[in-house]
Amino acid sequence: MVGYLALGSGLHAPISRPFTDYISPNMDWFFTLTTAVKVVLSIVTLLTIVALASYAERRVSAIIQDRVGPNRVGVPLTLFGAKKDWAFFGLLQPLADGLKFILKEDFVPAHVKKFYFWLAPALTMIPALLTFAVIPFGSTMVVGEHTIPMVIANLNVGPLFILAISSLSVYGIVLAGWSSNSKYPFLGGVRSSSQMISYEISLGLSLVPVLMVFGELNLSKIVDYQNHNGWLLLPAWGEGLSVERWVLMIPMLISFLIFTISIFAETNRMPFDLPECETELVAGYHTEYSSMKFALFFMGEYAAMVVGSGIIVTLYLGGWSLPFGLLQNDEGSIWKSLAHVGCFLTKVVAWIIFFMWVRWTLPRFRYDQLMRLGWVWLFEIALANVFLTAVIIMIFRK
Amino acid sequence: MATITVKRPKLSFVEKLYLPAIFKGLKITAGHAIRALKGSTPDKTLQYPEQKWDDELPEHYRGAPALVTDEHGRERCVSCQLCEFICPPRAITITPGEIPANDQWAKVEKAPREFKIDMIRCIYCGMCEEVCPEQAIFLRKDYAITGTTRAEMVHDKTRLYEIGGVREGLVNKWNDLK
Repeated sequence: MVGYLALGSGLHAPISRPFTDYISPNMDWFFTLTTAVKVVLSIVTLLTIVALASYAERRVSAIIQDRVGPNRVGVPLTLFGAKKDWAFFGLLQPLADGLKFILKEDFVPAHVKKFYFWLAPALTMIPALLTFAVIPFGSTMVVGEHTIPMVIANLNVGPLFILAISSLSVYGIVLAGWSSNSKYPFLGGVRSSSQMISYEISLGLSLVPVLMVFGELNLSKIVDYQNHNGWLLLPAWGEGLSVERWVLMIPMLISFLIFTISIFAETNRMPFDLPECETELVAGYHTEYSSMKFALFFMGEYAAMVVGSGIIVTLYLGGWSLPFGLLQNDEGSIWKSLAHVGCFLTKVVAWIIFFMWVRWTLPRFRYDQLMRLGWVWLFEIALANVFLTAVIIMIFRK
Repeated sequence: MATITVKRPKLSFVEKLYLPAIFKGLKITAGHAIRALKGSTPDKTLQYPEQKWDDELPEHYRGAPALVTDEHGRERCVSCQLCEFICPPRAITITPGEIPANDQWAKVEKAPREFKIDMIRCIYCGMCEEVCPEQAIFLRKDYAITGTTRAEMVHDKTRLYEIGGVREGLVNKWNDLK
C-alpha cells in the first residue's frame, strides 16, 4: 500500500494489472517494500516461536519429569453455548500468560534508578531481535525480473555483526542488576557480566576456524556453499566429499562444541543460568521487575535462544538447505524457497528443543567451575583449534 | 574417632571432561520423555476437577470443622467456648445463649446462640475437635470450601449443622467411631 500511494502515477493505471507491476520499475521501492515485509514477518514469526517456546518449555520439562504440564488453556467453547471446552493441548497458554502480563501492575520500586530501570528490558530484547537480521532463512526467490534474498540484511560481515550486537545484550542484564539497587539483582548482574564477557571470547574464537574454512563472512554465501558442497558437519555431497573436508571435521566438531556451549552461556540457559538462579538469587537480575518489563526479559531470553539456534544451524548445519543436496533452488522458485524456509524453521525448532532438553537434565555450574571452564578450557581449546585448522588447511591447499 | 575424613574422589580424565556424564544424563531424561510420549508412563497425575480423590479419603482426614446433633436431635454444643479459646488462628466465634426453662433440654442450660467459623482463617488442625468435652465439633471430609466474598466464607450455625449432620454414640479413644 505504501508503495502504491507514494508512486502517485499508479493511481491512474488500470486496476487489473498485478500489484508488483506498479512498484517493479522502481528498484528502491521494491527493495524497501520487500524488506519491510520480511522484517514484519520475521518479527512476527520470532515472537510466535518465543511464545510457543515458553509453552514448549513447560511441556518438555513435564514429559521429562513424568508430569502433565499445562494442558488446559484452550478455546472456552462453553461460553458460546457449546457442551465442552476445546482444550487444544493447552496451546493457548502463552496467550493467557501474555494477557496476565499486560494486566498486571507495572510496579517500579522507589529505590531504583528509573531511567536505567526502564532501559534495561528493552536492551535485552532488542539485540536478540536485531541479530536475526543477518541470518538467511531461505533460498533466494525470483519474482518477475527481481530477486528477493531471503535474508533481511545481506551483510558481508554477518558473523561479526552477530558477535557485536549479541554482546550488547549484556548491558541489559548489567543495567537491570545495577539500577534495581538491591542485593539479589546486583549479584545477578555482576555474575552475568563476568560470565558473558568470559564466554564471548570462546564464542568468537571458536568461530574463527569456521570462517577460515569458508573464507567468507557473508552468511548467505556460507549457507549457499553448504547447500551445494555439504554442511560443515555433514560434508557428504558436492565438494564436501574430499579428504580435506573430512579431516577438517575434527576441528569443526571441536569448534561446534565450544560454540554451542558458549551460546548456552550467552543465552543464560541452564548449566550457565547463574545470573538468575532461583535457588540462590531469588530471580537474579530481574527480581525487582514485574508485569510487561519482566515479560521482556523473559521474551529476550527466549528470543536469544531462537537466534542462537539460528546461528548454530546457519554456520554448522547448512542453514535452510536440505541434507544431501536435495531440493536445489537455483532457478528461484517461490515454492522451493518457502520449503527452504520451512526447513530452516524445523532445524531451529529442533535446536530449541535440544536447549530445553539440556536445561531439564543438567544441574547448574558453581561460579568457580564456570570461570574455570570458560577461561582454562574453552578459551585454550578454541585457540589451539584455530592453529589446528590452519595447519590442516595449509597441508591440503599447498 | 569422632572425626571422619572424607576423601575427595579422584576423578579420571574422562570424568573431568564432563561430557560423558552429560550424555548419560541426556539419555536418562530422553528415556523419560520417550516413555511419556509413548504413553507408557504410569498415570500418577490426578486431573483435579474431573477426577477426584473423594472415595479414597482416609477416615482420619481433616476437612472442614462442623457441629453435630445427637441421636435425639439435640445440639451437642453447650457453648463452653473451649474451642474458641484453643483455636490457633482464632477462626471460631461463639455467642453463648441460654436454653429456656420450658425446653426439653433445659437442664443442659447453655447452647450456642450463634457459632461462626471463618473458613478463611481455619487451618484444619483439629484442635477444636480434640478439646471439645461434649463431642460436638468434628472435622468432616469437606475440603473444597469456596466463596466469592469474605462473608460467604464464614460458616454460621445452620451451615455447620448442615455439614455435620447427626452423630450417634460417643467417640471413645479406641472405638471405631471417629
